[in-house]
Amino acid sequence: SDDEDLLQNEDIPELEMGFANIIVVDNLPVVPPEKYEKLENVLRKIYGQLGVIREGGLWMPTDPETKKTQGYCFIEFNTPQEAEFAMEKTRGYKLDKSHIFAVNMFDDFEKYMKVPDEWAPAEIKPYTPGENLLKWLTDDKARDQFVIRAGTFTEVYWNDARRAMPELVYQKQYWTDSYIQWSPLGTHLATVHRQGAQVWGGDDKFVRLMRFLHPQLKLIDFSPGEKYLITYSSHEPSNPIDTHRVVLNIFDVRTGKVMREFKGSADDFTTGGNMGVSGVSWPIFRWGGGRDDKYFARLGKNVISVYDTETFALIDKKSLKVENVVDFSWSPTDPIISLFVPELGGGNQPARMSLVQIPGKEEIRQKNLFSVSDCKMYWQNNGEYLAVQVDRYTKTKKSIYTGFELFRIKERDIPIEVFELDNKNDKIIAFAWEPKGHRFAVIHGDGPKPDISFYTMKAVNNNVSRVSKLTTLKGKQANALFWSPAGRFIVLAGMRGFNGQLEFFNVDELETMATGEHFMATDIMWDPTGRYLATAVTSVHEMENGFQIWSFNGKQIYKVLKDQFYQFQWRPRPPSLLTPEKEEDISKNLKRYSKKYEQEDQDVHHLLDEEERKRRTRLQEVWEAWVAKWKQLHEDEGAFRMQLRGGEDSDKEEEAEYKEIEAEELVDVTEETVAFDLDQE
Amino acid sequence: MRPVLMKGHERPLTFLKYNRDGDLLFSCAKDHTPTVWYASNGDRLGTYRGHNGALWSCDVSCHSTRLITGSADQTAKLWDVQTGRELFTFRFVAPARSVDFAIGDHLAVITTDSFMGKTPTAQVKRIAEDLQDQTEESALVISGITGRINRAVWGPGNRTIITAGEDATIRIWDSETGKLLKESDKEAGHQKAISSLSKSLDWSHFLTGSLDKSAKLWDARTLTLIKTYVTELPVNAVDMSPTLDNVVIGGGQDAMNVTMTDRRAGKFEAKFFHKILQEEIGGVKGHFGPINALAFNPDGKRFSSGGEDGYVRLHHFDPEYFNIKMLQLR
Repeated sequence: SDDEDLLQNEDIPELEMGFANIIVVDNLPVVPPEKYEKLENVLRKIYGQLGVIREGGLWMPTDPETKKTQGYCFIEFNTPQEAEFAMEKTRGYKLDKSHIFAVNMFDDFEKYMKVPDEWAPAEIKPYTPGENLLKWLTDDKARDQFVIRAGTFTEVYWNDARRAMPELVYQKQYWTDSYIQWSPLGTHLATVHRQGAQVWGGDDKFVRLMRFLHPQLKLIDFSPGEKYLITYSSHEPSNPIDTHRVVLNIFDVRTGKVMREFKGSADDFTTGGNMGVSGVSWPIFRWGGGRDDKYFARLGKNVISVYDTETFALIDKKSLKVENVVDFSWSPTDPIISLFVPELGGGNQPARMSLVQIPGKEEIRQKNLFSVSDCKMYWQNNGEYLAVQVDRYTKTKKSIYTGFELFRIKERDIPIEVFELDNKNDKIIAFAWEPKGHRFAVIHGDGPKPDISFYTMKAVNNNVSRVSKLTTLKGKQANALFWSPAGRFIVLAGMRGFNGQLEFFNVDELETMATGEHFMATDIMWDPTGRYLATAVTSVHEMENGFQIWSFNGKQIYKVLKDQFYQFQWRPRPPSLLTPEKEEDISKNLKRYSKKYEQEDQDVHHLLDEEERKRRTRLQEVWEAWVAKWKQLHEDEGAFRMQLRGGEDSDKEEEAEYKEIEAEELVDVTEETVAFDLDQE
Repeated sequence: MRPVLMKGHERPLTFLKYNRDGDLLFSCAKDHTPTVWYASNGDRLGTYRGHNGALWSCDVSCHSTRLITGSADQTAKLWDVQTGRELFTFRFVAPARSVDFAIGDHLAVITTDSFMGKTPTAQVKRIAEDLQDQTEESALVISGITGRINRAVWGPGNRTIITAGEDATIRIWDSETGKLLKESDKEAGHQKAISSLSKSLDWSHFLTGSLDKSAKLWDARTLTLIKTYVTELPVNAVDMSPTLDNVVIGGGQDAMNVTMTDRRAGKFEAKFFHKILQEEIGGVKGHFGPINALAFNPDGKRFSSGGEDGYVRLHHFDPEYFNIKMLQLR
């Protein structure tokens, strides 16, 4: 938990026993004692700006004979971070033409001194076969795995839907210091610790595969092809006025080698006004070009810095200059960046949407947009479509209406279609593309029960594809969309205020398959195949923590309660090895395949029944033994009880007889004298 | 099930008790008047007036002649069931909580809370046949328990007294000497305060409900843990069916302790578990607040529940309830 993290960080004692906070500055001018003070002041001025020099920390040794300085000095700071920072900033500093600083860490000298004079060839270690990292894909029951974190335990389970229960694969206490994450293709499980990150994998035993050293690690991010891991930490500056220092490392996952490192102040990495505690929005570097892991990029001030993974340097050695760019986004499959520049100069310069091809950096499509207040970009997961949601002010600037620019990326010249909802003043609550498909869903409307509309991009009209509406569902208690990763089905969920309403909707038939509820659900996740849905209540809420598994058509399969529930994550799968033709073939012949599996299912059911029956009979027998024992004791004590009741044998129960008895109760008796008029006629 | 709603109490319910014949239902609540109802149709018979504080529990003698009540006004009172007349008052120096008649109704065990420096006690009083002979004298005082004693009941044959309370430990005491005979195992037992306790008909085993969201079944003589039933909410009340192998568990978090109100109106439910298989078989919804009291009618065909919302609900089981066959599969 975060609390534990903080405590642990405070525990690290700042004992500077070593020399890690001392630097050696070489190539200084050799000066006589008269100029000693002047040189010292110059050094203090330079280094005092970079960090706090310790009391008596500047030492320039002098030659005892000549009394002149030796040309180098030692500077001691308060922390190793300051020393490293100072070293980096002043290495190569030109004091004058003939004195260029050579700066090193004091500790490094010792390291280099230890290099032996003789070169000894490296030992070749005997080959040890590695773990089979893909073992989990060969499960004969075709189950998926998921990992959960609850309390101090991290546990990996099989989702065994046939037996309606999770089957434990592996569990470990204190496996991670903060959170865990699967790699994008499911091969590794990464854990985050104070000293860095570790990845684990293999078959059922999850051995440690690699360690990545990064002190005070906070966040990690894998590249989509799992080749690289980016780690991030943020450090408190020694001078409280300064901003936090940020350290980013890019590791090669298989070898553990640092490919590139980025250091700087948090200011360098904050963009567009996202000022959090550490001032950055994660992930800072976004990967592009699909699963090849070819490029990664980040947003800077007026630039987008794009790097490639051959050299780990900027493409063409410079960033892409885009004045006032506020946001960008990669296509999930191709090396194309979409970016957005807002309106400037009070409307003089319109907002602009642009598609840029990498590595050439050519703009392949662009569009100017007018009266824009905000803009959001949504890519379809196969990179076929890009939807840009444009919020515009009306002429009076009093209200906002929304339109969409739909880019068809794979068509020639990337046609753009402008599209608006039937009621363009409706607020857009959620938007989602169908994975692997041509449709999208939008939740729109004001008020407590918004509408949900479905559209397809493939409605043909005069040989031209146009977007067209499939249907609108009115008045739904939903505020979030969860498409199945295989497309075709979607869960319309009402989270937060709607308290976990779930509607399972078939988009092919445009009809609801089932509704369900997981009260106070905080997370909703499909398994990677789209067969099952997991809904979870995490420790954000105090009670009813745990998760539920549903089938894709809304049948509740099982439920697990776990207190202090923090995380649930399905294990991702790598893409299918089947060609599209083979997949078509299977779809067509589904009946043949399903017969085989149905038989298997039946067999498992029978087995289950047998097991369950046995278990229940066992429990029953144990219980009856207890009851028999009690009966015996009870009888033995019968006589004693009769005595307690004064001779009454009230053990024998008799059916109560109900008799209706009329009971007369005298309520009141009063005497009243009534006057008679005897002359009444 | 068509429930009968009985609204007679103005404050939350705390306890429900059927008499041995099953025709009367006694209810205790935080308003100061215990009430008696006809169990068949929920008509109110009458109220017992005299207490000045919340009622925590009650018990009725086996012939339904005497009622004993324990109240926060630091007294326990004896009443004539039929007329409602207050017969006798036992005074204490702290609020009285749990009351239970022994077999034969000549003894009763009453617990008191900790109050102004006084530690909780369980006290045994003699109940005289003739009112004239009734005294306030305690036959036995058991003290030395640090947590509040929520329930104290007689064990089989009146030989033992069983206490359960806030310290989550169940203890068995000798009823003659007051010596501590057994304590429940700390690891296997409840982890939070025990709120309720219900005895089986033959006193051989009992069910405890605890704020640790579970209920446990114990042997009354050896204090062995036999079964555990797990729920999602802290348990406030439990009872065992006298005829079938079912137990009912009810609970919910007190309004004071909830940081977020549960917006499911009418969704606090009494959960039914199979006694032997420990599996949930169903639930009955309807209360608008946590359930604080549960009781099966001795005929096993009905049960009643009392809630934080001040309502008592009387339920008749549908015929299907009696046919739940858990041991048969397809």
